[in-house]
Amino acid sequence: MPGYCIKPLRAVSPERQVRVTVEKRMNWTFFHKLGSPKWFYEISGKWLPWLAILAALLMAVGLTWGLMFTPPDYLQGNSYRIIFLHVPTAFLASAIYVMMACAGVVTLVWKMKLADMALKCCAPIGASFCLMALITGAIWGKPTWGTWWVWDARLTSMLILLFLYMGVIALRGAIRTTNTAARACAILTLVGVINIPIIKFSVQWWNTLHQGATLKLTEKPSMAPEMLWPLLISIAAFYLFFTVVLFLRLRTEILDRERRTKWVHNIVTAGAGN
Amino acid sequence: MLEVAKLRCERDDRVLFSNLSIQLSPGELLQIEGCNGAGKTTLLRVLAGLSGDYRGQVIWRGQKLSRVYADFRLSTFYFGHKPAVKTELTPVENILWRSSLRNESYSEQSVFSALEHVNLAGYEDIPCGQLSAGQHRRVALADLSLSTTPLWILDEPFTAIDVDGVAWLEQRLAQHISEGGAVVMTSHQSLSKLSDRVRKLRLEAFSAVDEETGHEESEAWL
Amino acid sequence: MSVASLNGGRAFLDLVKRDLVLAFRTPGQTLNPVAFYLMVASLFPLGIAPEKALLSQLAGGIVWIGALLAVLLSLDSLFRSDQEDGSLDQLLLSPHPLPLLVLAKISAHWLTTGVALIVMAPLLALMLHLPTQAFPALLLSLLLGTPLMSLAGGIGAALTVRVQRGGILLTLLSLPLYIPVLIFGTGAVQTAVEGLSYSGHLLWMAALLMLGLCLAPLAIAASLRIVADG
Repeated sequence: MPGYCIKPLRAVSPERQVRVTVEKRMNWTFFHKLGSPKWFYEISGKWLPWLAILAALLMAVGLTWGLMFTPPDYLQGNSYRIIFLHVPTAFLASAIYVMMACAGVVTLVWKMKLADMALKCCAPIGASFCLMALITGAIWGKPTWGTWWVWDARLTSMLILLFLYMGVIALRGAIRTTNTAARACAILTLVGVINIPIIKFSVQWWNTLHQGATLKLTEKPSMAPEMLWPLLISIAAFYLFFTVVLFLRLRTEILDRERRTKWVHNIVTAGAGN
Repeated sequence: MLEVAKLRCERDDRVLFSNLSIQLSPGELLQIEGCNGAGKTTLLRVLAGLSGDYRGQVIWRGQKLSRVYADFRLSTFYFGHKPAVKTELTPVENILWRSSLRNESYSEQSVFSALEHVNLAGYEDIPCGQLSAGQHRRVALADLSLSTTPLWILDEPFTAIDVDGVAWLEQRLAQHISEGGAVVMTSHQSLSKLSDRVRKLRLEAFSAVDEETGHEESEAWL
Repeated sequence: MSVASLNGGRAFLDLVKRDLVLAFRTPGQTLNPVAFYLMVASLFPLGIAPEKALLSQLAGGIVWIGALLAVLLSLDSLFRSDQEDGSLDQLLLSPHPLPLLVLAKISAHWLTTGVALIVMAPLLALMLHLPTQAFPALLLSLLLGTPLMSLAGGIGAALTVRVQRGGILLTLLSLPLYIPVLIFGTGAVQTAVEGLSYSGHLLWMAALLMLGLCLAPLAIAASLRIVADG
C-alpha cells in the first residue's frame, strides 16, 4: 500500500537496502510458507477427512445428548433445548467476525493472499451462522417471551452484526479487482471490529433506557452440569463444522485463484485423468 | 532520476507487461507506445505512485519509491486521462487549487500569462463548465507549464488539442528537458520537433509471459 | 524543495475553501439533503398521527433519523465527483499527508451539510411539538453527531468511490457505524424531555467524535489509496 512518509530522507545506498530487505525476508520464511496456498492446500487435504469425522461425531453426541437426554428446564420446559443450536451459532457468528479482522490485519500488513482468501470464505459462513442465531433466537422467543422478536440488546447487536457481514460480502462483490477488493474488505472488517464494542455498549445502554428489565437471557443462572456438558460439546462440534466448511471453501478458492500455476494445473489434469 | 526494475503488472488475470526495466535520467523524454489496452495508463499510474498493485521495483533517486513518497510527490506532475478540472470553477481558480495541492504557489500574473499561452485569454473568469473538453485539457496544460516539478508524467497530453496547441506543448516539453527535467508520456503522436531527444518504448515487447518470474515465487502477494 | 517546506495548513484551508466555493456555486445540489430532511420529517406526522402528545414523544427520534438519512444522501458525492473528473488522483498525488486533505474534505462536507441540518433542526422540532426544554439537547447532540456522521460515513464513501451506483452499498456500509450515534443522540433528547440530565450522552458522543477525528481520516485515506488501484 503506498503510504505517505515525512520521515527525514535517509541516505541509504541501493545495495545496502537490497541486503536489508533480503535479511528481513529470511526471518519470515516460515511465516511465508504458512501462507503459501499450495502448502495449505496439501495440508488441509490431509486434515479434512479427520476433521469432518470428528465434527460429525461430536455433533451427533452433543445434539443427541442435549436434545434427548438432558432433563427439561424447570422454568422453560423443553423449549430451552434450542440453546444447543442457538448458543453455538451465536458464539461462532461473533468469533468469525473477529477472525476475519485478524485475517484483515494479515492481509494489509503482510499482503498474504491466503489470509484474504480466508477472509472472503469466512464472510458467508459467518453471515449464515448469524442468520441462524437470529432465527433460532426468534423461535425460542415465541414460547419464552410470547413474541417472535424483542428489541433485546443481544438480538439487536446480532442483527447489526448481520449488517456488518452483509457489508463485507457486498463490498467484495462490488469491486472487480481481486487485490483491491481484498484490501478494501480488510479495512472494512477492521473498522467494523472497532465498532462492535461501541455498538454492543450503546445498544445495551439504549435497551436499559427504553425498556427497563425485560425477560433476559443475560443473567445466567449457573447452569446444571448435565446441561452444560452437552452445550460445550455442541459448541466444539460447531467450531469443527465451521473449520470443515471453511477448509472446503478455501480449497476451492485456492484452486480458483491459483488456476494459472503449474501445481493446480497438475492437480486438475490428474483429477481429469482418473 | 526514476528507475524501474523488473516491473510486472497484471490486471484481470492478464499479464500486461513483465520484466520491464526503465532508467530515466534528467533531460530525457520517454515516450511509451502501445496499442489500446496494452497497459500504458497502468504503467503511468504505477510510475506516479497511484497504483501499488505491481511486482518489481520502482526507485526514485536511488531509493525505493515507497520510502520516499513525500519527496517524490513534491517533484512530480501527473497529467491523467481526466483533466482534474472542476466545471464550477474558473480556469484561474482551478490552477490555484491544483498548485496548492502540489505545494506550489503561482502569482496571479503568471497564471494569466500561462492561460494566454494555451489560448485561453479572455476565458479566465468563466466557469469551466462553459468550456469545451479540449479547453479543459488546456487549463490543465497551463498548470503544467507553470509547474517547476522536475518529473512530468503525462497520459495522452495531446488528446483533444488542436494543431497550434500541439506545437506549443512540444516546444514546452523541449524547454522542460533542456532545463534538466524529465518526461514520461504516452502518445500516439510522433513528436516531430523533439525527435532527436525522444526515447521510445514499445510496451508490447514486454507482454510475453516469462516462466521464471511465474506465480509461485511472487513477491508482492504471496 | 525539501520535505520540510510543506505548508500543510495552507493546503488544508485551500481545499476547504475550494469545496465551499463548489458547494455555493451549485446551491441545488447542496440544498438537496436539507430539502430531503424537511420532507422526511413532515412525512412522519402524516404517516403516524397528527396528535401533539404522540408527536412530542417521537420528535427527537424523527429529527435525528431525518438528519441521519440526509447525511447518508449527501455522502455519495463526497469523493465521487472528485473521482469522476480526475481531481481525486491529484489529491492522492499531493505531497501533503492524505489524512490531512481528507479531513479538509470532511470539514467542508460538514460545513455545507451538517451545519445546515443543525440550523433546520429547531424548525422541525417546533413542527413536531418537541418540548422546549429538550431543544438545547437536540442542538448539542446534533452539533456533536453530524461531524461524527460525516467522518464515519466518509469511510464508506471512500470504499465505494469507484463502484458504479454505489449508493445502496454506501448505506449498508455506513449504517452500522451510525447506530451508536443515533442511540446517543436520541437518548440525549429523550432524557431531556423527561427532564433529566443528558450530559452523559453528550460526553459519550464527544468521546466518539474524538475517536472518529483520530481514526476516520486514516481509514479514509487508506481506503482511497486502496481503491485507486481500481
